[in-house]
Amino acid sequence: MALLEVRDVVVRFGGVTAVAGVSFDVEERQICGLIGPNGAGKTTMFNCISGIYRPNEGLVRFGGEEITHLPRHRMTELGIGRTFQNLALFRSMTVRDNVLAGAHVTGRSGFIANAFRFAAVRREEAQAALRAEELLGLLRLRPVADIPVAALPFGTQKRVEMARALISRPRLLLLDEPAGGLNHEEVDALAELLREIRHSFDLSILLVEHHMSLVMRVSDKVAVLDFGKKIADGTPYEVQNDPQVIRAYLGDGHGDEHARAA
Amino acid sequence: MSSATGLPEGVAAAPVPVAEAGTPAWQRLLLVAGGVILALAPLWLLESFHLFQLTMAVIMALAVLGLNIVTGYNGQISLGHGAFFAVGAYCTAILMSHFDWSFWWTLPVSAAVCATVGFGIGFPALRLAGHYLALTTFALAVAVPQLLKHKAVEDWTGGVQGLFLVKPDPPAFLPVTPDQWIYLVVVSIAAVLFFLTWNLIRGRIGRALMATRDHPTAAEAMGMDIASLKTKAFAVSALVTGIAGSLSAVAIEFVAPDSFTIFVSITLFVGMVAGGVASILGSLFGGLFVLFVPNIAESISKAAPGVIYGIILIGLLFVMPDGFAGLLRRLTARLRRGGTS
Repeated sequence: MALLEVRDVVVRFGGVTAVAGVSFDVEERQICGLIGPNGAGKTTMFNCISGIYRPNEGLVRFGGEEITHLPRHRMTELGIGRTFQNLALFRSMTVRDNVLAGAHVTGRSGFIANAFRFAAVRREEAQAALRAEELLGLLRLRPVADIPVAALPFGTQKRVEMARALISRPRLLLLDEPAGGLNHEEVDALAELLREIRHSFDLSILLVEHHMSLVMRVSDKVAVLDFGKKIADGTPYEVQNDPQVIRAYLGDGHGDEHARAA
Repeated sequence: MSSATGLPEGVAAAPVPVAEAGTPAWQRLLLVAGGVILALAPLWLLESFHLFQLTMAVIMALAVLGLNIVTGYNGQISLGHGAFFAVGAYCTAILMSHFDWSFWWTLPVSAAVCATVGFGIGFPALRLAGHYLALTTFALAVAVPQLLKHKAVEDWTGGVQGLFLVKPDPPAFLPVTPDQWIYLVVVSIAAVLFFLTWNLIRGRIGRALMATRDHPTAAEAMGMDIASLKTKAFAVSALVTGIAGSLSAVAIEFVAPDSFTIFVSITLFVGMVAGGVASILGSLFGGLFVLFVPNIAESISKAAPGVIYGIILIGLLFVMPDGFAGLLRRLTARLRRGGTS
């Protein structure tokens, strides 16, 4: 059984069908790329999995459990972590506190326990602090750990988001355009990082990305969306040579710069 | 991929102990001792009236702290915290004057009532964002004094006349006057609540409150239950401000609807902004500000103290846009830099 199963998902916004019956799987410890031209429905699909949108039809199962109608804040608890396409950090907080905020689900303490700072709270805090420290190291954020996150450059903020998503030890990491806005070297580092993460955190990654060479380099499997439908799915090699995919990217003009990038 | 530019030291490096971020124990002890001396000194230095004013300033600081929890840290704008202040004050006043309760026993009741009311207000607040919430809470604060005068509750609240009560007597073994005693009581309770709030804010819940304020969607994606956090923040906030109300009732020995007009709510808001939004220490400054600056204004011009107050307020916000707390932060940052370089 796959870790993530997406079955016949349909999402409509008013009269527009953004996703028209898409199914795919992400296996344990797999890096799966989700690609497609602009407006193909990638981000909509992504938001369905993370619970931001509810699909009109179809279902999403995670670890065998249907999650389609779970409240959004339950997803992290189950083991789904995510980053956002346009940074969604807690701007007034320091890098360290942003990362610690990601550890929210690993704690249990409530208002009263925190106000009195019972021993259990202190233990919880110490554990979270230790893990935050590890991730700050892993993502080279230690030098900026105590700086408010809004003051940092874009690429650094993206790494903060990654650390924040990883600290809760997700089994599936959803990355929404992690390479967006990064320069060539940073993309290389990112590719390295993704493989490193998959290995050391023992998790699956679903990657929605425009940056074709990154997707092809790191993915075990690629699913291609076009006009809300899945048109291909397979290894990077298979997908790159699929005539339908080539037509989608080159055929009707939009998105051909991405094909060239590949 | 030969381009392994990322992750050099990171993966292998052992976690650095976090302790270096904290202050050494002896420094902390010194700070606490300094705070205690500073808090106790007025007992000998100030005569009755000024001590009373300082007592009221500490009470206002506590009320501002309550507002800061929900508005400063959690980002839910409340222009109606005077209502919780009034509820707290009336809880204590009713229990003391109608039932002859001792002041101490009224505190838990007042806390529970205010927290419940705050929790109740927290629910509609979930559906009202930003300005709409500000207006709704404003309406609450406008309604409260009129509700207190209403015929149906007049027997309990004393209607327009209000209620009189008596300060608790100091214990026999302490050689202090009732004024000094009430100052001690207020300062001790405020100190405990400031400490508990500080604990709340620096841990898991505090981060969640701020995260919810900064980016609700991301907060939810981090597994935070926003509805639960926001309603509880309202409850805790109302509790703290309500306790401040209870303390004000015994310090003044009198409650009346006209002491709890909308102006109280606005004053608390001013105190929060002047002291520093989302700052614990700032709340203390805020309390001192709203109590003493109007007096200063009046000593400058008896004819138009409001104008002077306004000028001082605007001037201060111009000099320190993020309140006293922000100024303090920048000063300590500069001192630290100066110390290390």
